[in-house]
Amino acid sequence: MHYESELREPLILGDKGYHEITEDVCRPIEGKANKYWWAAFTLASMALLWWIISVSYTLGTGLGVWGLNKTVGWAWDITNFVWWVGIGHAGTLISAILLLFRQKWRLSINRSAEAMTIFAVICAASFIVSHMGRPWVAYWPLPLPNQFGSLWVNFNSPLVWDVFAISTYFSVSLVFWYTGLIPDFAVVRDRAKTKGAKFWYTILSFGWTGTAKNWQRFEEVSLVLAGLSTPLVLSVHSVVSMDFATSLVPGWHTTIFPPYFVAGAIFSGFAMVQTLLIITRKVLNLENYITIYHIDMMNRIILITGSIVGVAYITEFFIAWYSGVEYEQYAFINRATGPYWWAYWSMMTCNVITPQLFWSAKLRTSLFATFFISIFVNIGMWFERFVIIVTSLHRDYVPSSWTMYSPTWVEVGIFIGSLGLFFVPFLLFTRFFPVIAMSELKTIVKSSSSQAKKKGAHHHEH
Amino acid sequence: MCPLPLLISDTTLHTDMEKKYWKGVEELRNDAEFVRLKNNEFFEHIPVDEVIGRKAESADATPRRDFLKFLGFGMAAATLAACEAPVKKALPYVVKPEEITPGIPNYYASTFSDGHDYASILVKTREGRPIKIDGNEMSSISKGATHARVQASVLGLYDNNRLRGPKAAGKDTDWATADKEIKAKLEAAVAKNGKIRILTATVVSPSTKALFAEFAAKYPGTEVVTYDAVSFSGTLKANEQSFGKAALPTYRFDNADVIVSVGADFLSNWINPTEHARQYAANRKLFGKKTMSRHYQFEATLSVTGSNADHRYKVKPGQYGSVVAALYNKVASLAGATSISAGNTSVDDGISKAARDLWNSKGRSVVVCGSNDPAVQVLINGINTLLGNYGSTVNIDMHSNLRQGSDEKMAALVAEMASGAVDVLFMYNVNPAYTYPDAAAFKAALKKVGTSVSFAGTEDESASEANYICPDHHYLESWNDAEPVKGMFSLGQPVIRPLFKTRQMQDSLIQWAGLPYQDYLTFIQGNWNKSMYGMQTAISSYDAFWTKSLQEGVFETAPAAGTTVFAGDVAAAASSIVKSKTDGLELVIYEKTGIGNGNQANNPWLQELPDPVSKVCWDNYFAMSPAFAKAQGFSQGNVIEVKAGNKTVKGPVYLQPGVADQTIAIAIGYGRTKAGKAADNIGVNAYELASMVNGTIHYYNTGITINKTVDEDHVLAATQTHHTMMGRAIVKETNLDKWLKDPKSGNPDVMLETYKGKKKATEMDLWATEKNPGHDKPNHFWGMSIDLNSCIGCGSCVVACQVENNVPVVGKDEINRSREMHWIRIDRYYTSDTTKESAEKDGLGKIDMLAKMEDPSENPEVVFQPMLCQHCNHAPCETVCPVAATTHSSEGLNMMAYNRCVGTRYCANNCPYKVRRYNWFKYSDNTQFDFNMNDDLGKMVLNPDVVVRSRGVMEKCSMCVQRIQYGKLEAKKAGRRPKDGEINTACAQSCPTNAITFGDYNDPASRLSAEAKDARAYHVLEELNVQPSIYYQTKVRNKDTGTKA
Repeated sequence: MHYESELREPLILGDKGYHEITEDVCRPIEGKANKYWWAAFTLASMALLWWIISVSYTLGTGLGVWGLNKTVGWAWDITNFVWWVGIGHAGTLISAILLLFRQKWRLSINRSAEAMTIFAVICAASFIVSHMGRPWVAYWPLPLPNQFGSLWVNFNSPLVWDVFAISTYFSVSLVFWYTGLIPDFAVVRDRAKTKGAKFWYTILSFGWTGTAKNWQRFEEVSLVLAGLSTPLVLSVHSVVSMDFATSLVPGWHTTIFPPYFVAGAIFSGFAMVQTLLIITRKVLNLENYITIYHIDMMNRIILITGSIVGVAYITEFFIAWYSGVEYEQYAFINRATGPYWWAYWSMMTCNVITPQLFWSAKLRTSLFATFFISIFVNIGMWFERFVIIVTSLHRDYVPSSWTMYSPTWVEVGIFIGSLGLFFVPFLLFTRFFPVIAMSELKTIVKSSSSQAKKKGAHHHEH
Repeated sequence: MCPLPLLISDTTLHTDMEKKYWKGVEELRNDAEFVRLKNNEFFEHIPVDEVIGRKAESADATPRRDFLKFLGFGMAAATLAACEAPVKKALPYVVKPEEITPGIPNYYASTFSDGHDYASILVKTREGRPIKIDGNEMSSISKGATHARVQASVLGLYDNNRLRGPKAAGKDTDWATADKEIKAKLEAAVAKNGKIRILTATVVSPSTKALFAEFAAKYPGTEVVTYDAVSFSGTLKANEQSFGKAALPTYRFDNADVIVSVGADFLSNWINPTEHARQYAANRKLFGKKTMSRHYQFEATLSVTGSNADHRYKVKPGQYGSVVAALYNKVASLAGATSISAGNTSVDDGISKAARDLWNSKGRSVVVCGSNDPAVQVLINGINTLLGNYGSTVNIDMHSNLRQGSDEKMAALVAEMASGAVDVLFMYNVNPAYTYPDAAAFKAALKKVGTSVSFAGTEDESASEANYICPDHHYLESWNDAEPVKGMFSLGQPVIRPLFKTRQMQDSLIQWAGLPYQDYLTFIQGNWNKSMYGMQTAISSYDAFWTKSLQEGVFETAPAAGTTVFAGDVAAAASSIVKSKTDGLELVIYEKTGIGNGNQANNPWLQELPDPVSKVCWDNYFAMSPAFAKAQGFSQGNVIEVKAGNKTVKGPVYLQPGVADQTIAIAIGYGRTKAGKAADNIGVNAYELASMVNGTIHYYNTGITINKTVDEDHVLAATQTHHTMMGRAIVKETNLDKWLKDPKSGNPDVMLETYKGKKKATEMDLWATEKNPGHDKPNHFWGMSIDLNSCIGCGSCVVACQVENNVPVVGKDEINRSREMHWIRIDRYYTSDTTKESAEKDGLGKIDMLAKMEDPSENPEVVFQPMLCQHCNHAPCETVCPVAATTHSSEGLNMMAYNRCVGTRYCANNCPYKVRRYNWFKYSDNTQFDFNMNDDLGKMVLNPDVVVRSRGVMEKCSMCVQRIQYGKLEAKKAGRRPKDGEINTACAQSCPTNAITFGDYNDPASRLSAEAKDARAYHVLEELNVQPSIYYQTKVRNKDTGTKA
């Protein structure tokens, strides 16, 4: 009996040949920016300007220009920090874990997801520095040899672990991303028509010649970096969660935090990837590369991680009750029914209810629904961090110090400005860097013959 | 500079010198090349020309790049140079004063007496600057206790608002001119048989009084009128009727087993609160004794005293008389005396209980009343007489001199002034243009006075209306004496040379009257030689007597006790009591612990000291009960208009549980207009609302109407906005009867469930193992024990700490953002009607229970808890600091290295007690925080032993580590260990009730070690096992539970 396995759906559509892929990916770099790009870039630059003004004002005057107080020592600053770090997670997950699991569909999206990671971590780091009272000594938490006597950092402090986690994460992600870019830069270099482009892409491509040896080393380095990155996906947000988990603030002091934070980070990261790619594929005409299939796959991940996050929320409540600890119980009752109930219920609605809509295949494959739900998830995950940080702190042990927190225009400015800090480099990235890993993508194109194409066409008829 | 003899040529020198060291062989050879180079300072070629590109210049091409380089460098250098810190001059002593050693403080005994408060004090000076006031232990009145207002008074010396010299008609003048002119006016007044008046606040100085007399002798027609901002005129009148003596009695609350107060806030404001507080606490403490006083309070608004009462009843201020009359009758019936006419009151039950307890403790009880109605006070005297309290708890024989003002005389003076009959008016220590209920009338009358002279140190509301201001010294620059209580004298001495061209009032009088004394000091010495010296026999030389009195600050005699015969007519008094309708709206006027009568209102420390009960700072407000406010449709911050007669005062509503129904309360001391930048336009002036009844000022008003205005809501800044303990055992308390049965009552061990069964929370430890049982504290182990039974919540410690540790003032806006910087605070909790037990009984779910627990009862019981860094030995703050800026010392102290702090605030987040304070801004030299740390004068009060913190760093209680180090060094120099009590923190030292015990756990004989072992000792949040170094002692109330205690 002859059995022929069913041919898989192609991961990219439009019967693309190698040259077409190159043309498609290089088009944004070689052509002129359209008006949408300019509109977005103008908006992002304005936000960045606002960020610069707000941060400068903070640095010049003191953290008093924020709304923090004696009881609530962290609020929007660390909320934003965790939010951005979380967003960064999708990039690493896609490039490292999906690589190890040989999920080829990642190839259309990994480049931009990784770029998102880099820029998100920069945003996160900006909050670490700006939330310090004396940012001019921001290097002190690094274990550097110094002239201050025998002063060393406090290795017990989760903030020091954070410094290591974030800096490692940033450097590995950057190297991984850049390594992937090298062959693509070489392509751009080779096609460059202007002297300037030639010059810059020559430098960026590190003298890539495309020899077999080049490719062999490229593959090896990619694999090694994927191996390095994989534990980072789990460790970075685990460490971030320990900023809270190792404290004794009711609502923070929770052993569930590491897995819960990692799930939340992936959840929010994919939501952000969806938000960005749904726009990018449209603006840069990449619908054939970033297909509904990709959107669907990512929505499934959002559904799974969203459910994990939902279970974590409920578990926290259960454990608060089960522990019998008065303070812990109060912290959770206060979250849901206290003065910040609206933040809690925003979080629950956005993070627990909306992703469940993705059980419907129709919604999962709808660009419109995906875009809106991804925005909801982004908002919900911001509120999650706000709820954890502010509602736990504002009413902890001693009721005499209970108080409220509300942000000032400066904090709002820094947050909205940080979106500019993110989008300005991201938009530049879409103009100057190949947004799809074209060299790698070519490995999944059915290259052999018209036969394969025909088969594909045949298959489609069914 | 000197002329240049050094230009003598080398050769001449060579010949003069015996030896010659050559720079090298070249010099010895003196060859041509050497000679050529010798006069060139730099032998080697320095490529200056090459570097600055002179080659290019000489080639006549424009060195554009180089020019830009230099331009850039020049700009950068200039910018950097401009950034450089200004030159600060530090000059050493040229001739060092003998008694001053830099770094070593000097203490001088002195006296604080501002016509309102009195304290015998020790002034700490550093390098000639007074920087801290402590209580004088030698005084049997103050007994080392101080009030927040006394603690803060040192800042008044450095008030930038002080006048620099005399003023005439609002313009600066000099003393010679002022003296000439005023003298002429005085002589003119005498010449036409005119009237000269000295309007003064209560003068407790015998020498000043003697001086007034001599002045009056020189200028006939001089009369002294005494007027107190907070009048006790009615009480004085009553005592005159009762005992033939217009004076206030002194009290011994420590001898009283039952205390009944009707509207007298004797722990915080009434007569001499510090003295009362110390006495009161003595009989509330339960160390080594098993009895304590029972305290009943009947009052209109929740006062500090009422907060401490065992039983508190809400009574409208107009009903005080009825309560006192009813109490008289109950006591009279027990004593078998004739009753008087008295009606029923809303608190008859409480009155019966109080009367029963009073009678059971007759001779060891005391009844006091805050009313200024002479009839009521006669009845109070009658009750204390029936109870036989005179001589034991009340002493009219050894009377107090602290209030002598007469409202009638003041009213007569205002009338006299208005009629234009007064030729010269002197105003000393008074500010009637602000404090007089009819201030407008006073101001109008002042304009009719021939010549008015104010001695005010600042251009206040009254001084600015006077023709002359002859500014008095600050009390720390003055000589003075005092007799606060008959036979108890104290001396005040200057501790710094006058900062400005001010002159002591007494010196001015001596000058103007041409009295034959060199200065006031000579006068005091003469007076003491004449009067006080003879009162003792122990010292036989006057000089030795003077020196000893000056050194100790006090000279106390024991006047022979007389018998007190009560001659008051209670029946007549009962019928003349001023009674209000029981259903009308009433207003009560009270004093706040910090601001008092408002004379120190410009002191930012006092403005920022939260009211002990409401916790609001920088404001006064109309306090009313939440239920009453709800009925009126008011909510907190609404601005209401209160009309009393023809006066209208607008102010915000504050919801204060414990205020009597149909009653609103407001504090005096606010609403000043010419006090200075800290006080002006803060709050509203409530003196205007006081009523004048039968010639005395009553601090309540029954004829008022209130209306909500459409004004924008007013923000009231409070340091505590959550008022109940939410069912948590933060402050542990029990009742005396239970405590007698079980000393651990109210303080059971905190047990945690484990798989091995219940275990004490402190037994479980993540860190300590058998091998490593924790950190050693081999030398000292500092700690504290805070007795919640003694703490009355007054806030003296808060100010003392602020002075000692250079704690910045942040202002109302920042307080409103919950950013006060106080290192020690006093948490105040109200009880709620909902408790865990009541919720269980009512079947309330947890969520509903917690929501209801947030609401305080309408008449709550109150607890106070001083909260400061607990110096945890498993400190949560220490582990989380990324840079190890906060670490533990081997003496158990949790330390802050400000210079290392990067300001992540993680430590503050992780502090379960929330005692860490963050420098959100730069609080010194910042016009945004225009308080004492923003001007050079105000900064003189800073303690040089404590660093002023910079922006962006965390700070907190250090347990006065600078004092610990100083004490240790002193002991080390003497070759011994520090003695218990020798080292003390500022808070413990200032505490009028000795509620705070500081000491060394490693000293088994220390008071701290003993208190730590007491069954009442507990750690706040013990279940967290952070192992604080501070113990609290369970609060024990002495409520009547029906069982015999």
